[in-house]
Amino acid sequence: MDWNELIQEHGIPEWPYSIRYGEETEVGADVLVLGGGIAGCWAAISAARKGANVVLVEKAATVRSGGGGSGCDHWINTPHPRSTITAEEVVEWELEFSGGYTNAISRYIAARESYETLLELEAIGGKIRDAEDEFKGAPFRDEETKFVFAYDYVNKIHFRVWGTTFKPALYQECKRLKVHLYDRVMATSLLTQRGRAGTKVVGATGLNVRTGEFFVFKAKAVIDCMSRHQRNWCFSTELRGISNFRPPQIVGDGHAMAWRAGVEFTMMEKSRPTSFGSGNVFPHYGHGNPLNTWFPCTMVDARGKEIPYVDRDGKELKTEQERSQPAPGQKFMGERTTVYKHKRPELTPDLLERVKKGEFVLPLYADLSGMSEHERKAIWGLMVGEEGRTRIPILKTYTDAGFDPQKDLLQSYMLLGSDPMRGNVRPQDRTGGEIGDAGGPIVDWDLMTNLQGFYVAGDALFAANYHYHAATTGRYAGRKAADYAAKAGVPSLSRVQVEEERTRVYAPLKNGGDIEWKELNAALCRVMQNYCGEYKNEELLKIGLIWLEDLQKNEVPQVCADNPHKLMRALEVANILTCDEMIIHASMARKASSRYLDFFRLDFPEIDAPEWHQWVTVKLEDGNVKTGALSIDFWGPLKENYEKHR
Amino acid sequence: MQKKVYALPNWCTPANPVVFDPDVCNGCNICVEVCQVDLLIPNPEKGKPPIALYPEECWYGGCCVAMCPRPGAIRLNHALPQRVRWKRKATGEHFRV
Repeated sequence: MDWNELIQEHGIPEWPYSIRYGEETEVGADVLVLGGGIAGCWAAISAARKGANVVLVEKAATVRSGGGGSGCDHWINTPHPRSTITAEEVVEWELEFSGGYTNAISRYIAARESYETLLELEAIGGKIRDAEDEFKGAPFRDEETKFVFAYDYVNKIHFRVWGTTFKPALYQECKRLKVHLYDRVMATSLLTQRGRAGTKVVGATGLNVRTGEFFVFKAKAVIDCMSRHQRNWCFSTELRGISNFRPPQIVGDGHAMAWRAGVEFTMMEKSRPTSFGSGNVFPHYGHGNPLNTWFPCTMVDARGKEIPYVDRDGKELKTEQERSQPAPGQKFMGERTTVYKHKRPELTPDLLERVKKGEFVLPLYADLSGMSEHERKAIWGLMVGEEGRTRIPILKTYTDAGFDPQKDLLQSYMLLGSDPMRGNVRPQDRTGGEIGDAGGPIVDWDLMTNLQGFYVAGDALFAANYHYHAATTGRYAGRKAADYAAKAGVPSLSRVQVEEERTRVYAPLKNGGDIEWKELNAALCRVMQNYCGEYKNEELLKIGLIWLEDLQKNEVPQVCADNPHKLMRALEVANILTCDEMIIHASMARKASSRYLDFFRLDFPEIDAPEWHQWVTVKLEDGNVKTGALSIDFWGPLKENYEKHR
Repeated sequence: MQKKVYALPNWCTPANPVVFDPDVCNGCNICVEVCQVDLLIPNPEKGKPPIALYPEECWYGGCCVAMCPRPGAIRLNHALPQRVRWKRKATGEHFRV
């Protein structure tokens, strides 16, 4: 029975949960973790192991929530005792690929601590080895440790893992360590010492998204594990869950509340066109392709003719095995990069021209049946099966529908549009935080922001979106926050600050307005597409800001909600608006263009001018936006600083 | 006999991201508890399958199915514009999800 049948047969049902609007509960903690995804669970576990009293606040349900809750197929960039690649080399390829625009602090921490984090994960129940010998004898397996690897079978630093086991294991460990879990509670604001913005963070407020109950969390240290901004350029009012790479409840709540509290951000001006944020995608990992989870899948055209892979020098590779070997003279291959030094093989880059000439006929297909059994089972079963959003949506659903990887060719949508990596997309269909390196709070070597006691871990850091990175930085921030909390004084909350937040949070229930959150979200995306889209200039950006201020003043007060779920969504869109403001202010501050940031100013057309190879910073101070700059390598010597602070 | 006609708004898209088999589902509501977008609500009638109140919010993560203790009680149902095709190599026959 669906909802339409229900209302016809039984009438409109009452809200199924007790309504507790306005009721307030105060909770105390040494360490407060906001967001219970991969980073949040690791932060909570790590702080609890140091003896801290830990509270974890999660908007969804911790057991499976977050970008990595449903699975993870590869745990990359992990130097280990049996590899010859160092942490410095791992960070080197990441910095090369991003043109320096990535957080080398968190990436270096991740590279140094990734292997020990992986072993800890195994100790609490995560499956990281081929203990059943399913892949015995495969070229990507280490026979002694039974680890299996991806991409570079010589250097073996990118682990293939059984990530559907990870989140439940982390959840059980949180419970075992007596972490106090507050599921279905959305963090809404940070509380600062005596209510003053720009000072020490001493807690947060929250809203139960089923009952509407209000929470005041008081803590000595707070860790932001709420991921990053989404839905700033693309939003489908209908296909709205589909049109999110990350879970749709990830919208930048953490960014917005940190901004309001005075946290300094960087790289918020970065965005790029992709269909990841639109409703025009196919199920992720659910069509034939030669990229990450599916690499090194054999691709064929409509006549069954194989599309060649080429190495970084353009040399055609004749065998399946060569796709996972470094090129002659190449030390190792990065997980993904366009830079020569660490580039891995790819489908021939002149594919489109050869299709147009008739050499290959569309559509293309993934031909798992033509691959070795080990590789076929690694792609279809291990990678597609353990990666997030694949076990049920792809492996089970396709298998139930009759797809057989030994007999069938799965269609690819490459060159037909709708492919998230290679399909043509409209230039204004952009993503900010959905994938890759994205803007976030600036942190020091303790992963602490400019606000004392406020730490950041996982995807909220201005670095890439990887499970290993979220896990290791969560684990690191957790222990740092616990150390800090052990020495911190008693937090002092401001009742005025709490009352102001209560008023803001409950306003959509009372305003009697005539628009809901979806319409505002769609309007915000239109503003960003038009005024902060493919091309930018001062005039466009100014109009964008005027629009945002107008919407904030005149339309936000009209956004209504009639139950706690819709109230949550309304508050999320208010946060999206705040993130949009941050993005436009950062875009105005960067008076230059950059290929690496996919940032093009018509009024400053020179691409990647050396004097602009720096971080642009933005923050709110006394109600005004302050912009600044930071040296591109402000983190200093990586090894030395890590060892001083770890 | 003509069915009673109601004044109803359009359905949203997708309308049925998760399909319950009422013969298998016992209304334990574990799926309601694990769904990270909170699109399901318990059926007002105890023991019956949950109701998708906000189907268009479905992320298609599949955790509802993965965590369900009764195999076959829930089926993930991809939206129609997201159905992928395949071809049998030996015969050229076409299929789809």
